[in-house]
Amino acid sequence: MDIAFIIEKLILISAILGISLVIAMYTTLAERKFAGFFQDRVGPNRAGPWGLLQPLADGVKLFTKEEIIPTNANTFLFVLGPSLSMFTACITTAVIPWGQDLFLFGRQISLQVADINVGVLYVFGVVSLGVYGVMIGGWASNNKFSLLAAVRSASQNISYEIAMGLSIIALLMMTGTLSLREISEQQSGMNWNVFYQPLGFLIFMICSFAETNRTPFDLPECETELVGGHHTEYSSMKLGFYLFAEYINMFVSSAIMASLYFGGYNYPFMHLISNPNIAALLGVAVFFTKILLFIFFFIWVRWTVPRFRYDQLMKLGWKVLIPLAIVNIALTGAGILIFGK
Amino acid sequence: MSHSLFYLLSFITLFFALLVVFAKNPIHSALYMVMTFFAITCQYLILNAQFLAIVNFIVYMGAIMVLILFSIMFLNLNQATEPQKSSLLKFAGVISAGLLMLTLVGAIVKTGGGDVPFELIKPDIGLVKNLGKVLFNEFLLPFEIASVLLLSAMVGAVLLAKKEIN
Repeated sequence: MDIAFIIEKLILISAILGISLVIAMYTTLAERKFAGFFQDRVGPNRAGPWGLLQPLADGVKLFTKEEIIPTNANTFLFVLGPSLSMFTACITTAVIPWGQDLFLFGRQISLQVADINVGVLYVFGVVSLGVYGVMIGGWASNNKFSLLAAVRSASQNISYEIAMGLSIIALLMMTGTLSLREISEQQSGMNWNVFYQPLGFLIFMICSFAETNRTPFDLPECETELVGGHHTEYSSMKLGFYLFAEYINMFVSSAIMASLYFGGYNYPFMHLISNPNIAALLGVAVFFTKILLFIFFFIWVRWTVPRFRYDQLMKLGWKVLIPLAIVNIALTGAGILIFGK
Repeated sequence: MSHSLFYLLSFITLFFALLVVFAKNPIHSALYMVMTFFAITCQYLILNAQFLAIVNFIVYMGAIMVLILFSIMFLNLNQATEPQKSSLLKFAGVISAGLLMLTLVGAIVKTGGGDVPFELIKPDIGLVKNLGKVLFNEFLLPFEIASVLLLSAMVGAVLLAKKEIN
């Protein structure tokens, strides 16, 4: 391993981490602005022009608040909970291909941190790990509402992971690979997977909403029943980590949806651009546009659809999504048999 | 390099496995068990068995341990109600566990090897493609039978849990 390789990866990792944090930061502002728009209000507009400094103000506020650890809480696990949430939210970006290779200084630079050949499964692994943050934090708070939220989020995540895994199997049958890079490469131009797998995409998207704890599936922090859900007892930046992890998760799942189903960094007529660097940079821009559109969709749904009841959530997961996903697998198998790939 | 890594990981695995047994609080036990599974996942990675590693990660760490934590949180909220076993039962447990260990040690010694570091005959057997080919060609019947076994266990569990209507 030469030094240039290490430096290149370090720059890439820091850039991706920075970008995902900044996007998550400004998603909070976008969410409040759009909420204002949907509810015929103005939204935050005091800090800076058009409220652009609002996320900074929120950050400073969270950092300077008093930090409270409840007397009967388990201190180590109480701190571990939000840290784990933040950690799992940040490590998924390692396998996402952000663009085609760049050619700089006589080197071919891959815009993906790690091209492991089980990339899709890695994403699933991290997603399934994400629930520990909520569970540990909820249990360690020593509060009945937090505990209920922890239990809820565990069962919700487990239920929707099954449908999510089944919906992705149909996609893998078509692509024949688990590497996110190869899946992206196969969708060059407008050959996007969503045109072949509309049902699979719908199931995957609904499950992503459930996995990121977004409305209409935000049962773990349902204010009307559980005070504040799993972060009832949290204050200061530990609360901030929980809230922030949700926005990073939104960004990451938007990126996954865009790269699995919406062509990733591919755009129509990309083969007409002769300079590979310009084509790659345009690809990155297109990819981020897709991600931002998905984030807007997350926000749009949140302020449009009411929250599910708990039994409705379970019924949707087990009795609707899982059978639909299995039907989708059978349909895909039949399609491959008849039409070829 | 991978040899010393193996010993380090084995130490971590056994350390957390012992903590699982010795921890007073069942939640802590479950969390230590998560760490044990994580160390085992790393062991698979050293053997270049990527698929097995990641599936161990998803299924054991991500699903089974979450369910175990889930049920502990539901059932055992205060430690005082934990049932105390009689000393006869504890004695029987120790003896049977010792016998199991004796059998395992005997089996391992019988296979030979000992000090020689384990070498994989085909190093890329653990990649998804090769594993799938082996599983669906040579071992198709055992694979299908195992899945039917799991299905029957699941149906049985649902049947037991179902409320009787009278």
